[in-house]
Amino acid sequence: MSIRYGLLALLAEEPTHGYQLKTAFERRTGGSWALNIGQVYTTLQRLERDGLVEVDATGSAPVDGERADRTDYRITAAGREQLNAWFASPVVPEGPARDELTIKVLLAVAAGDLDVDGILQRQRTATLAQLQAYTRRKAQADPERDLAWLMLLDALIFKAEAEVRWLDACEARIRRHNRRDREDRNDSND
Amino acid sequence: MDDALRLEGASRAFGGGHTLVVALHPTDLVVAAGELVAVMGPSGSGKSTLLSLVGGLDRPTAGRVIVGGQDLGKLDARGLAVLRRRTVGYVFQELNLLAGLTARENVTLPLELDGAKVSVARHAADVALAAVEMTHLADRFPDDLSGGEQQRVAIARSMVGGRRIVLADEPTGALDSMNGEMVMRLLRRHCDDGGAALLVTHDAAHAAWADRVVFLRDGRIVDVSAPAPSPEFTRHDPLAPALDAA
Repeated sequence: MSIRYGLLALLAEEPTHGYQLKTAFERRTGGSWALNIGQVYTTLQRLERDGLVEVDATGSAPVDGERADRTDYRITAAGREQLNAWFASPVVPEGPARDELTIKVLLAVAAGDLDVDGILQRQRTATLAQLQAYTRRKAQADPERDLAWLMLLDALIFKAEAEVRWLDACEARIRRHNRRDREDRNDSND
Repeated sequence: MDDALRLEGASRAFGGGHTLVVALHPTDLVVAAGELVAVMGPSGSGKSTLLSLVGGLDRPTAGRVIVGGQDLGKLDARGLAVLRRRTVGYVFQELNLLAGLTARENVTLPLELDGAKVSVARHAADVALAAVEMTHLADRFPDDLSGGEQQRVAIARSMVGGRRIVLADEPTGALDSMNGEMVMRLLRRHCDDGGAALLVTHDAAHAAWADRVVFLRDGRIVDVSAPAPSPEFTRHDPLAPALDAA
């Protein structure tokens, strides 16, 4: 995902400048996605070029102690329309993720002479440890106040949980495969 | 004596000769007071056997099982029954409350079986029900409670009267994710307050509430996980005004 919709969504709340957008974006995503300020400026320039934001002249006057060279942007009607269309449409993955873990396990199975059970277990332990860390954060959160923070933690937890389930499924599949292999060999020996 | 549970080389085998099946190889495991330990493993990995040994429902072929400072091998059936009434509580996947009794009466039952006075038992039940936030539903019958509420009553029953050790066998298995989380929060709180719990689950998200996760494979502990160092990102409140004063 590009950050353009993230910036548009923040500018839909109120006009502001690049540095403020960077900190607001990072806060909105629970601190899980750090932005590079150069990326923010480049994205703002493209949004302006496409007519989705414009320089906000009313807000550009420097107030107490603020830098005079900052430029405030505000969302345009076309920008609002694109933003609403983005919110209204489902997110469709662009293709199977090129996930290192998936590929590592597939290659390990194909190699034939590796301790795949060991590889799966080391990953399972590491993912569970991560899951435990996220869950500690969740246990400390305030269910009344921390709605978005808890939703972010849930997303991380469910993804880690899915990884463990996949590892368990791999192990079960490999065991079944090996059992069938043995049975076939025994049959052909009879 | 800070160990709530201790297995010393405890094993369990069935049959003999060439039909010998080892459900649990000699296993060492300690659960300290204040600890929540989860056991994960596929079916047939030995996790139910382990829980049965700790609960005194089954006896080890070799080794020792020590619960609340008592060597289960030295207790007769009567001694085990006393241990189950006073020291160890159970929570199961099935919501096995007695249908003819209210929530409060279900929680009171273990104490009454142990000979406690009605007023004492009732007070202890109310304390336990308050701990699981079920005070307002104490007079309902199980049929009038949701699955999550019934499991909270079962947890209250497992802890009532100062029983410090909870053994939980897939306690979230029949619940949706929010109710499952509530059950895990209650077990976590019980342990944070100085209790101890051994939890068997196949659900990684629920096991993750534990201080340690023990992985069983083919009757052996193959690994143990503890929480990773905190996630790399720091806590922000994503719903605070995004554009407040810079």
